[in-house]
Amino acid sequence: MNIAVCAKEVVDVSEIKIDEKTNKPILEGISKEVNDIEKSAVEEAIKIKEEYGGEITILTVGSVDNMENMKELLAMGADEAVIISPPEESDYTVVSELLAGAVEEIGDIDLVLCGEASIDLFSGQVGPRIAELLNVPQITYAENLDVEEEKIVGERDVGGNKIMTVESPYPVVVTVTKEINDPRLPSLQEILGAANKPINEWGPKEFMDHEIEPTTEMKDIRGVSMERKNIIFDEDELEDSVKNLAENIAKEGLLEG
Amino acid sequence: MVLIYSDDKDTTKELIAKGRELADETGSKVTSVIIGEDDDEVANELIYHGSDEVILANTDIEQFKAEEYTQVLKKLVEKTDSEIVLIGSDKSGKEIAPRLAAKLETGCVTDCTDLYFEDGTLTAERVAYSGNAVAVKNFISEPSIVTIPSKNFDPLSKDEGREGEITREELEVIEAESKIIDVQEKESEGVNVEDAEIIVSCGRGFENQEDLDLAEDLSEALERGTIGCSRPIAADLKWLPEDHWIGLSGHEVKPELYVAIGISGQIQHIAGMRDSGTVVAINKDEDAPIFESADYGIVGDLYEVVPKLVEAINEEKG
Ligand SMILES: Cc1cc2nc3c(=O)[nH]c(=O)nc-3n(C[C@H](O)[C@H](O)[C@H](O)COP(=O)(O)OP(=O)(O)OC[C@H]3O[C@@H](n4cnc5c(N)ncnc54)[C@H](O)[C@@H]3O)c2cc1C
Ligand SMILES: Nc1ncnc2c1ncn2[C@@H]1O[C@H](COP(=O)(O)O)[C@@H](O)[C@H]1O
Repeated sequence: MNIAVCAKEVVDVSEIKIDEKTNKPILEGISKEVNDIEKSAVEEAIKIKEEYGGEITILTVGSVDNMENMKELLAMGADEAVIISPPEESDYTVVSELLAGAVEEIGDIDLVLCGEASIDLFSGQVGPRIAELLNVPQITYAENLDVEEEKIVGERDVGGNKIMTVESPYPVVVTVTKEINDPRLPSLQEILGAANKPINEWGPKEFMDHEIEPTTEMKDIRGVSMERKNIIFDEDELEDSVKNLAENIAKEGLLEG
Repeated sequence: MVLIYSDDKDTTKELIAKGRELADETGSKVTSVIIGEDDDEVANELIYHGSDEVILANTDIEQFKAEEYTQVLKKLVEKTDSEIVLIGSDKSGKEIAPRLAAKLETGCVTDCTDLYFEDGTLTAERVAYSGNAVAVKNFISEPSIVTIPSKNFDPLSKDEGREGEITREELEVIEAESKIIDVQEKESEGVNVEDAEIIVSCGRGFENQEDLDLAEDLSEALERGTIGCSRPIAADLKWLPEDHWIGLSGHEVKPELYVAIGISGQIQHIAGMRDSGTVVAINKDEDAPIFESADYGIVGDLYEVVPKLVEAINEEKG
């Protein structure tokens, strides 16, 4: 079973501060990591490989400075990584076409795994887009996967308290939630071993047979800050703290129904 | 033409209101799509709420699958020559919209919070970086596909004098290779955290499912309370149904009062409650980030603090 895992490098959103002068998020100098959920996708891929064999290829559209983060996924157990550098103007159309194009270029891929969404933008676009471009079925928000020789069965929470079980033949695109498993931490030996695994760098021109144009553009991005009172009640007696809190809640008129 | 689709009728009406505004600005029309339900009454309801036309699309599909719905919508977008497509941002809408965008080779913005024309260009705003920023995006392609969460826009009031056209379309689709083999429906209490005035929200600080009764007690003391929770409580532990889940990947809420109990305050949680009125946090870790997002806080063990707070509130109410 050959598997491609699409993995994105994202900024650590909890580190983001807003520039007070420009009212824009400051992205420079913030550490970048692999989108959390992709580690779950890689973990799922490794479990499948352990049972059925095959190759796991990591695909990322991003900068080649991305090496260290890709090595982490290789150390977990992926076999190979491809870093595709995007054209200057990029959006979801461009990223998805590149990823789908790379899947076709590699060939003989049975399963494409993505995260349910990337933690920086949280769009959930790439999985369904790739599925359409490859003209294959999709199973989104999978929180459990049962892999068989001829088919894959996924359980998905579709909201409204409904759990749906979907089955699909291969090839198929599956997006996973982070609850699907607990991703392994690679051992020191695995980390050292990953140094020898191939990381290929592809430019779009090398494998795409058509030009891709972006369909949306970022016009502006503005910071959102939140002002809060930050009052902590820490009297010696808890009774006094809760009384203070209750009084303040009452003062704000919140106890009047 | 603005095309509207959501499998939730209330969301459909909210989208019609937004679509109406965009269509009036460009002198075009609003068409709503209902798939697999041949009912004039339902169609009229959408006309009364502002739709110019309602298409009742019929296929031989029985259960929802994105691969097939995408084909239906593509045909209708082409038939109506729509420039804008508004889709409800629930999980089903969010898996159709990007797939439809790829099929039509066009742009898509998901979870849009505002949508307007600026200098003739359709512009969509959405939250980015877990609520730290708002991204403003321009469409440079048509049709423009946008998903919009429920409760984001108000529906127009019902006007039974409004007239519109109902048409029926029989559509052929290529059946998807995937199959829905089971749908389990858990009982829902029908909570609606989005409309709640006061939310008492539970996190991993609770040790057992039964202990959530403590939050229930507080919610009762506050009278107008509804129970909310962090993602792990709903998604990992499944102690509460998804309806209660607040945050980036859950529901976005803006109650007058939000009480976070045993919630660390990771940014993905904050993304769902940052517009709340007053925020109260109870956490035993004084360094928990939730205190930075709170107006009032008590550092302590929730098992001691919550019962005492219930007493104090009952006393305050007199
Ligand atoms: C893509 C993505 C999307 C996500 N979306 C969401 C989302 O929509 N909503 C969401 O909530 N999370 C979301 N998360 C998860 C989020 O990052 C956090 O993991 C989650 O919010 C943590 O939940 P928690 O605060 O309940 O648990 P924890 O982080 O484990 O915090 C538990 C807290 O309880 C405190 N505590 C423990 N015992 C006690 C006690 N006896 N008394 C008082 N306090 C106690 C601890 O000090 C701690 O601060 C998302 C994550 C990702 C990657
Ligand atoms: N630039 C990228 N390179 C590789 N995979 C990506 C990229 N962007 C998104 N993905 C994949 O698509 C999923 C959903 O991302 P998004 O559509 O941005 O929410 C992620 O979890 C990844 O699996």
